[in-house]
Amino acid sequence: MKYTPNPQSVVEEMLQTIGLKSLDELFSDIKAEVKVQNALNLSEGMGEMEIRRRMKDLAARNLTTEDYPCFLGAGAYDHYIPAALEQLLLRSEFYTAYTPYQPEISQGILQSIFEYQTMICKLTGMEVANASMYDGGSALAEACNLACTSSKGRKKVIISDTVHPEYLDILKAYSLSGRMEVVLIPGKDGAADIDTMIKAIDSETACAVIQQPNFYGILEEAEALEKAVHENKSMFIMAVEPISLALLKSPAEWGADIAVGEGQPLGNSLSMGGPYLGFFAARKDLMRKIPGRIVGQTKDLDGKRAYVLTLQAREQHIRREKAGSNICSNEALCALAASMYLTFVGEKGLKDIAVRCHQLAVYAQQQLEQVGMKLKFNKPYFMEFAVKVNDPGAANRKLLENGIIGGYELDGALLLAFTEKRTREEIDQLVAVLGGK
Amino acid sequence: MSKLIFERHIKDSNSFTLPPLAVPAADISDSIPRQFLRNQHIALPEVSEVEAVRHFTELSTRAYGVDSGFYPLGSCTMKYNPKINEWASRLPGLAGLHPYQPEETIQGALQIYYEMQEMLSEITGMDGFSLQPAAGAHGEMAGVMTIKAYHQNRQDHQRTKMMVPDSAHGTNPATANMVGFEVIEVESNNRGLVDLDDLRGKMNEQVAGLMLTNPNTLGLFEEEIHEIAAIVHEGGGLLYYDGANLNGVMGIARPGDMGFDVIHVNLHKTFGTPHGAGGPGSGPVGVKSILLDFLPRPVAVKKGDTYAFDYDMPLSIGKVKNFYGNFGVIVKAYVYIKALGAEGIKQACQHAVLNANYLRHQLRDNYNIPLDRLCKHEFIANSKRQANQNHVSTMDIAKRLIDYGYHPPTIYFPLIVSEAMMFEPTETESKERLDEFIEAMRAIAREAEEEPELVTNAPHNAVIRRVDEVTAARKPVVKWEAP
Repeated sequence: MKYTPNPQSVVEEMLQTIGLKSLDELFSDIKAEVKVQNALNLSEGMGEMEIRRRMKDLAARNLTTEDYPCFLGAGAYDHYIPAALEQLLLRSEFYTAYTPYQPEISQGILQSIFEYQTMICKLTGMEVANASMYDGGSALAEACNLACTSSKGRKKVIISDTVHPEYLDILKAYSLSGRMEVVLIPGKDGAADIDTMIKAIDSETACAVIQQPNFYGILEEAEALEKAVHENKSMFIMAVEPISLALLKSPAEWGADIAVGEGQPLGNSLSMGGPYLGFFAARKDLMRKIPGRIVGQTKDLDGKRAYVLTLQAREQHIRREKAGSNICSNEALCALAASMYLTFVGEKGLKDIAVRCHQLAVYAQQQLEQVGMKLKFNKPYFMEFAVKVNDPGAANRKLLENGIIGGYELDGALLLAFTEKRTREEIDQLVAVLGGK
Repeated sequence: MSKLIFERHIKDSNSFTLPPLAVPAADISDSIPRQFLRNQHIALPEVSEVEAVRHFTELSTRAYGVDSGFYPLGSCTMKYNPKINEWASRLPGLAGLHPYQPEETIQGALQIYYEMQEMLSEITGMDGFSLQPAAGAHGEMAGVMTIKAYHQNRQDHQRTKMMVPDSAHGTNPATANMVGFEVIEVESNNRGLVDLDDLRGKMNEQVAGLMLTNPNTLGLFEEEIHEIAAIVHEGGGLLYYDGANLNGVMGIARPGDMGFDVIHVNLHKTFGTPHGAGGPGSGPVGVKSILLDFLPRPVAVKKGDTYAFDYDMPLSIGKVKNFYGNFGVIVKAYVYIKALGAEGIKQACQHAVLNANYLRHQLRDNYNIPLDRLCKHEFIANSKRQANQNHVSTMDIAKRLIDYGYHPPTIYFPLIVSEAMMFEPTETESKERLDEFIEAMRAIAREAEEEPELVTNAPHNAVIRRVDEVTAARKPVVKWEAP
């Protein structure tokens, strides 16, 4: 396939117009020793029919959650995606556009971002949200970076190891900057060790971080930590799960200064881990410090309501090395999917989904306990818990043989997630296989 | 007319329903203690499906994409996004994969990762790639992190500075700063290229490297790239390639052969994946062998006939993103490269450069072109003539283009050219389209002479007129509030 519309005759005509004899002459400013001598070692181009065959073959070598019930969660969740959303995302005015730099021909996109920002504020209870980040993990790293760079030399990030291990790995990479010192506090019985976290807070502490629910699905007791952090004039940062917020206390209610999270559950397909979106929301007084694009409402010359990228003095294209973050492109289309999702399911639907996930998890716990299995941690959870098994790898292989995508393998346990898509039959089957029947 | 979704709220109009509950209806308060439960009302809008569909469809009519028309936004490579790519990324066998599935259940996906790493290495002349970064700036950051990790691993802790040309994208200095480097700006000479004397003078044992875009943001190839690389390498630094402009050389010259040690590529620019109104993109980072150990983990490897993720990378910078990058975007770029093949990749570049030079040639009678010589995929014009004559600015010309049905070029960038207009037509525009655009640009130049208010008050045909950006920033309204 080629997507170059000018045939050879037109190419020659254009060359003639600009006074050149060949396409090669267009590259006469590149010295011969730098040029590719032979053709690139790539396969020959393919037509659409060959591509379809090849991609279908590749896809067929995967086992998909479309066909197999999936109990994997651990940061990516198999929620239902409304049909209308999938079709609307194919409106190419959205997906083939660039960042809305020119407000006059981008009002639809700017408005959609404004709506998204509003919905994220509503979900989290926070006062300001940006237009999205790459994902939950990088959003958390940016939040910690903001806490450190805006607290006059404080460098310590006190964080529980019950936060998603990949988020911790990302934070470690971002701390290569030398501006953050990550203080990792081991959890206790699947929850954050709040007492030890509080003891670690000192005059060097920029922020303390927990995830709610945490990586193991457990609900963290955040109250005492919030108090201690704020008494120390440090920031309290929470990584939260968006669907759980229909049911669980919002980060604003917990007193968070910054709330971030993985937005994938809101209408974005699993897609092997991406593209997803990170959401980032904060207290109002942090508005001029937060990273990323922000859309604001304003008026046009006729006084008509209009939207525009605003507070750009924070950003890299204006401030260059003085910008708080280097983020440029974000995950706008995934954010659009998120606001479409929240619109299509609505508030009642979102709550129904959250309750259903929890109820299915509770049912699964009861059934597992009936066959003699035990949870690894006996603490309140939302829709995900760890169940003890002798050999997690073997348990997963057995599940797979029975047509089930099992859980995330922990030390002596499987971390299982229950979305609204799981049926009673699927859970019964899971229990039967794990229970050894 | 343009109601917000919240203003379409009608109580009880949303009828989303779950299947009937098939398990006992446990009471939430039995299993979740009250202190964890939400008291705050969310207040999402309630809208029927049909009204929601109309709402978002209406929003799309007030947006402009590559499918809507010519989009010569410089440095953004707004080429056509082939539809077969969209189809492929949505295949259930790809879109339905959980990232933590056992490797034996995702062999097809792993093969795509592996082959993509190999193809990108071949196209750029690097020794290995990690596909993890989610965007260009993110790939830059991962790349600059590998440079930092490399020097640290050699116990060379004095290299605290990063050189960036004054023509660089804003992300370059911002990235260097994010990774904790002090930025040193390298000047451009009067030909718009890196000033070698300035570079020599600034290169020393405190400099970790140089970040460079080639072709640069003026659309010009850095002719002395070997000399630039030699200066940086002899000083103990490494050379970073910002892949934003790779479309101007792909298939013709490879950054690896130019002497670059690390590169990021923008799949959403060079390899035809859509920009999604500002993302998702994908910014794979590639390196020469000396930096392989520091890449973000994991990378895909092939062992016999099977594919796997290799996490055994003790010197890796860690991760910059959850899981393995923006797979859905990677699939689209994979299909793109497979569709074009070696010859198509080269031809895409040739036609992109031809289109840019043709456009430059045809605009020079009406617009000032500061560096009017052979360019690569893009070039800079400015509004000097119009400004001197009738105070018509670059902003005015950009807004008037909207009336003519075009997306404006990138404006006021690069910073080293005043009133810059940066045009990048890409290879997917026909001569016919370019000629129509050239006519529009000429008409605007005439209007600027004869009827300047028509231009300075533009746009006239858009859904809104120019907006009050000052008030937006001074008194920010960043979310809807119920009246």
